[in-house]
This record gives sequence, structure tokens and C-alpha cells, in this order.
Amino acid sequence: MTAQEIAFIADLVRRRSGVVVDVEKTYLIESRLAPVARREGFPGVSGLIREIAERRDEKLIWPVVEAMASTETLFFRDRTPFDQLRNDILPVLARTRQDPIRVWSVGCATGQEPYSLAMLIDEERSAHAGLRVDLFASDLSERCLEKAHSGLYTQFEVQRGLPSRLLIKYFDKVDDAWVLSPRIRQMVRWRRMNLMSDLKGVGPFDVIFCRNVISAFEDVTRKAVLEQLASTLAPDGFLILGLSEPVLGLTEALRPVPGRRGLYVRTPNSRVAA
Amino acid sequence: MGFEVAEAADGLEALAWCRTAMPEAILLDWNMPELNGLEFLLQLRRERGGDGPVVVFCTVENTPERIGQALEGGANEFIMKPFDSEILHSKFSEVGLL
Repeated sequence: MTAQEIAFIADLVRRRSGVVVDVEKTYLIESRLAPVARREGFPGVSGLIREIAERRDEKLIWPVVEAMASTETLFFRDRTPFDQLRNDILPVLARTRQDPIRVWSVGCATGQEPYSLAMLIDEERSAHAGLRVDLFASDLSERCLEKAHSGLYTQFEVQRGLPSRLLIKYFDKVDDAWVLSPRIRQMVRWRRMNLMSDLKGVGPFDVIFCRNVISAFEDVTRKAVLEQLASTLAPDGFLILGLSEPVLGLTEALRPVPGRRGLYVRTPNSRVAA
Repeated sequence: MGFEVAEAADGLEALAWCRTAMPEAILLDWNMPELNGLEFLLQLRRERGGDGPVVVFCTVENTPERIGQALEGGANEFIMKPFDSEILHSKFSEVGLL
């Protein structure tokens, strides 16, 4: 790829998804775009880029943008946020909510995070009688959502983060794949969503998991997305970010919960666009 | 990963080794001569101090039935081959070895 092609892709991806592409990582860019070019019938990445530059065909643009967003995920990733949900958040919400608790997994990629949440909630039903949770999951990528919806995972995927006890409790083996039980799959509602678009009408949520998403953005986008997320959060709701994604200095709308890494609540009386 | 490792060729040898010096963790194959992995595990858990080691199966066996038998028999985790270093890391973290 030429420097001009890389700059074109980086600009396209940033404008459409907010994701900042590291232009130094030529190999990564090429390896992500090569399958898109093949699928769309181009002999190489350059042909695909030329076509997009000339015709601005949305049907080609979105697969490119989706391919450049990270889809790295695993079951119960980082564990801490799930412990926080189990030990700190659910007991409070189960006590105070009359309606179902609304949980949103933002940037869910291939579904491991929302399904981890669904399994955790299912496990916690014995601790909280009558616990009712509405679980929503969204991602930019249609392809990721399709895979997530299928509930089918490879042997490698089910061994990353998922305890064996939960694997045999919630999955069946079908040929070489592992398929999640329909009961858990049906707990999650999926929606394709771009965080760069207006989230008016979305929410309110009691808990938002948005981990390892905003780190792909530049500061101005990060601030805008955080403030949009704050506006979709119930006044006493919880936002969970990646363990290395501080909001300090970016927005006044959220404040960290002391001693709970990655956990944020809305700042009282903060003015966020509702 | 910071472990001192000793190897045993089969279940009997492993059991003898454990009776001499009980390890903190055991990475255990299922299919072994003399005493298979599950038989070894069941015997180990009956030994004095045999409830101590963290036992992680690492085997080509990959059915829910086998995993269930292993966990019921006292295994702490189960790795299906083939695996990579990320899976090893994930499973060892799961059982508190890392």
C-alpha cells in the first residue's frame, strides 16, 4: 500500500467510526483489508481503495470501516468488571429497582462480553430472588453481530476466559464447534450501532459496559462518546470502562468510583445532553 | 511462567512422585499408560496432602462428558488440545496460579 492509500483509509475510518488507525502499522492495515478486497472481488487492496475513492459506494465503505475496528475479545475479559457487577452493582440494583435492570454491552464484537454477562446474571439468580435483567448488545460491525447472534464458538474461543464449569453448564458441542444454550442466547438483544451517531432515544441504562472501545478514538471523539454514554445512563447507573481507559480531564459528566478501577458514575447535577 | 517443572511418564510414576514431594500444581494428560489421568486424579485426592495441588487437565479429550468427569473428580480446570500460550495463561489465571 502507498502512503497515500493508507492516509485515505485512515481518514475514511476516523470520519465514519471515530477509530484512529495507526498509519505506521502498514502490515496490520493490509492484513485487515485483504480479506475485504477478496470478498468484494478485487485482485488486491489497492483496487478496492481506488474503487471507494472514485465511487464512494457505501456497500464497500462499511466493510472497510468495520474491518479496521478491533474485534479482539474474550469471555470474562479482565475478570475485575464482572466481579464488580456481581459484588458491588447487582446487589444494589436488585434492591432498588422495581423494573428489570437494563444492561448495555457497547462494542460487543463477537458477543463474548454480553454472553459472559448473561451467564453471570443467570448464575446470580439464586442470590437475588426475582432478579430480572434486560441485556442489550451493540457493535458497529454487522459481521461480528451475525457471529455473536449465532452463539457458535471455536474450541480456542471457549477456552479463553471461560471457566470449564461454565462451558459444560451453558454450551453443547456440535461437531468441532461449541454452541451456547438458546436460553442464554435469548437473554441478549442485538443492535448495530455507531457511537459516532446521535444516541438520542437510547437508554436509560442501569449499567453500561464499554470496555476497550474509547481507547481507539482520539480525545475529542472520546469526550463526545463519553458524554453521550453519560446521557444514556440512569442517574444512579454505572459505567464500566476498560481498566486502562481513564476519563480524567476528558469530561466532567462522569466520576470514578473510589477503589473500583474502571467503574464510573454520573457526576451529580452534571449537564449532559439528554 | 516461573514454574519449576518435573515430568512423569505415566499415572503411577506421577503418584509415586507426589507421595515423595507433593507439587503445587499438576498439568495432567488423560490418556496415559498404567493409570489414566482420571484414575490418577481420584487416587491423588485420596492421598495425604492430595487435596493441595491445583490440577489442570491438558488433553486431546474434548467432550463435555470428559470435562464433567474431570471436574467431578476434583480437577480445577481443563485444557483441550490444541491450545496456545494465551489459553494456558487464561486457565492458569482462572485457578489462581498466575
